[in-house]
Amino acid sequence: MNIDQAMEIRQQKILAALENKNTSVHFDDALDNEMVLNMGPQHPATHGVLRLLIKLDGETVVACVPELGYLHRGYEKLAENMSYHEYIPHTDRLDYLSPLMNNTAYVLAVEKLVGIEAPKRAQYIRTIISELARISSHLVGIGALAMDVGALTVFTWTFTERERLYDIFELLTGARFTTSFTRIGGLAHDMTPEVAAAISAFLDTFPAKFHECISMLNTNRIFVERLEGVGVITREKAIALGLGGPNIRGTGVEHDIRRSEPYLVYPELDFAVPVSTGGDSLSRYYVRVNEVKESVKIVRQCLEKIPAGPVHANEPKKVLPRKERVYTKMEELIHDFMLVNFGVNPPVGEVYHAVEGSKGELGFYIQSRGEGHPWRLKIRSPSFMNLQSTPHLIEGGMISDIVAVLGSLDPVMGEADK
Amino acid sequence: MLTTIIESLRTRFPQSVLEVNEFRGETTVRVRKDDIVPVCTFLRDDPAASFDYCSDVCGADAYTPEERFQVIYNLYSMTHRHRIRLKVSVDESHPHCPSVTAVWPGAEWPERETYDMFGVVFDGHPDLRRMYMPEDFAYHPLRKDFPMMGIPDSIPLPRK
Repeated sequence: MNIDQAMEIRQQKILAALENKNTSVHFDDALDNEMVLNMGPQHPATHGVLRLLIKLDGETVVACVPELGYLHRGYEKLAENMSYHEYIPHTDRLDYLSPLMNNTAYVLAVEKLVGIEAPKRAQYIRTIISELARISSHLVGIGALAMDVGALTVFTWTFTERERLYDIFELLTGARFTTSFTRIGGLAHDMTPEVAAAISAFLDTFPAKFHECISMLNTNRIFVERLEGVGVITREKAIALGLGGPNIRGTGVEHDIRRSEPYLVYPELDFAVPVSTGGDSLSRYYVRVNEVKESVKIVRQCLEKIPAGPVHANEPKKVLPRKERVYTKMEELIHDFMLVNFGVNPPVGEVYHAVEGSKGELGFYIQSRGEGHPWRLKIRSPSFMNLQSTPHLIEGGMISDIVAVLGSLDPVMGEADK
Repeated sequence: MLTTIIESLRTRFPQSVLEVNEFRGETTVRVRKDDIVPVCTFLRDDPAASFDYCSDVCGADAYTPEERFQVIYNLYSMTHRHRIRLKVSVDESHPHCPSVTAVWPGAEWPERETYDMFGVVFDGHPDLRRMYMPEDFAYHPLRKDFPMMGIPDSIPLPRK
């Protein structure tokens, strides 16, 4: 098959799907016509390489077909060919706006499979980095949404705050973006007092700055009117479609895995689950804003309560030993050799562990056959399920609302395409 | 809680429930493939179970002489906040499985992904196209017999 034929087949199948949506457009006026518009994969308002095929009747969207796969790197196939430790850096590249959250989610799933638990201090640090990742992800989400509907300044303001968070990540992990900070049974290294001080300093100034950002939006009539009543989804439909995170809480469903299936140290912390009942784009935005405030509260509590102690579980056959001990101690050298060459070797079985990611339920389903590498690893990515609702949200609306709806869903294609 | 659900599932569908497994506090129920839609409908509508949220549908390649493909359903209940996992076996010679999109509309894309990655055809699916790979791609990449490095010339590249 040559390239022209292949392209022809691809186009025909996608267009057929667009036509199959049981849509019929009637023309009373000869000037009326329907038009197929291709939005993306390279488009500034699609948050990455998302492609939407839209059928328009005037300015009204009649049908919409999202096309994914432009960032498909086959991370599930790669996972089957590498050890559990080797896969940690690849989780950075899933939701690249909150890599620390993905690191945490992945090692929690592996720890459940192996049957070990990280020490208390490591769990506190994991909670702190998860919540900081949630703040940084929501800052991008809010800023990009504002930019999509025309408020350019807020984007630069939220990015300034995110930049300060990334300075903290650099201090903590040594990398700004691709952190790979967690390890099975612990962390790469302990959090130093300087990092704790930097986080406290950030938390002291951040709420006021954040309030400035959102007060620019909350009282902005154009922003509110562009989002209010746009992209409405009911509570029942949101559950049926499998929406997650701020998108489902924006419809009035109080679903938060931190509360319903507590993991890490969340049961010991006092925080609220923000819910908004509108189901429209504005509600989703409000939920994100309130979640950032709750995350600030959570990090503050963690910094107060964090105990001293080790950050690695005392399981020499499962947890990578410290480098300085590998170089000086025979026992650790043997364990390091065995873990690197043969892997963790969890028992035969399967687990699914989900955490409340910044976009929704981030789950890892792992099948193990007792080998050093997973037999099957499936990533339940929240952006993928959130994007599934785009046709439902967009169809029947105006073409100019598409960017507002996409911005309020806050998808990340690295995660949706895996 | 889950034991009573499995009991009522067993009494309601004595032929369908093949095996119940428990590992790390998670319950996996093996279900006969042909009965997956009634079982899912029962689990969604039964007030004691009410699994109204389909977390995920995914496939797996068992790659043994007895069993080839598996389709795995990870379910969650918003009211009772519990989880269950269903699993069906799909033959290699006839890779068809009934679709559960009528039970949970959210299963549409995960089923498309499973079809794309494993070649399992979901009967009754409203829009069964490939999710990630191009439509003219001849293979299913997550099958164990698909090499990790890919197959040369399987995707035509643009002319220079």
